[in-house]
Amino acid sequence: MSKKLAIIATKGTLDWAYPPYILASTAAALGYEVQVFFTFYGLQLVRKDLSALKVSPLGNPGMPMKMPFGPKWFRAINWNIPNIIQANIPGFETLATALMKQTIKNNGVATIAELRELCQEAEVKFIACQMTVELFGFEHSDFIDGLEFAGAAMFFDFAGESDICLYI
Amino acid sequence: MNFDKELDARGLNCPLPILRTKKSLAELTAGQVLKVIATDPGSVKDMQAFAKQTGNELLSSAEAGGEFMFFLKKK
Repeated sequence: MSKKLAIIATKGTLDWAYPPYILASTAAALGYEVQVFFTFYGLQLVRKDLSALKVSPLGNPGMPMKMPFGPKWFRAINWNIPNIIQANIPGFETLATALMKQTIKNNGVATIAELRELCQEAEVKFIACQMTVELFGFEHSDFIDGLEFAGAAMFFDFAGESDICLYI
Repeated sequence: MNFDKELDARGLNCPLPILRTKKSLAELTAGQVLKVIATDPGSVKDMQAFAKQTGNELLSSAEAGGEFMFFLKKK
């Protein structure tokens, strides 16, 4: 019998979209049976439209702010911009997200859409929390095909039998 | 070393080399050999772990000029 991995995905930003999809797809490649339960902001990861996924350097001191273009010395600079300035520049998150996407591309890292598709090809089971779908005013048609809508009890049915359970 | 299929995973980063390896192995039959070329330095340990956990045999693992070459025998 194959090992089982259960993941609860709760974050809805571009950076936090990676861990659940990387771990789920890799585990599936290793022969694990995988289920991911998307709840609260994690629902953004299973929407057809992924444009809500952004990265915010605001209040995130661990995030390096480096440019994905230009000569090497320029790329090495860490742009330490104070929160108070970041918070007052309109479109700062959009800019940071665009730079992050370029960095992702430069490094040969997959896009979220690509990893999600690889998970689905590998038969990773996706479950969306019905309660938060309603809470946030989403429609079932906002989400990708192959998604099941259920509650916490269904997740425990699988998680209780799992070898690894992660809350992300 | 002789091989039946080659996978070019150069320029790809974690977890893509492993996912593509898995996919390529699925197209082979038991006993056939897959050659993988990668540039991700993490792929050395990852490929060992992949072989150990999936039962596909890692016949060899080598580095030359910043590229990593693996030969995997399908279980």
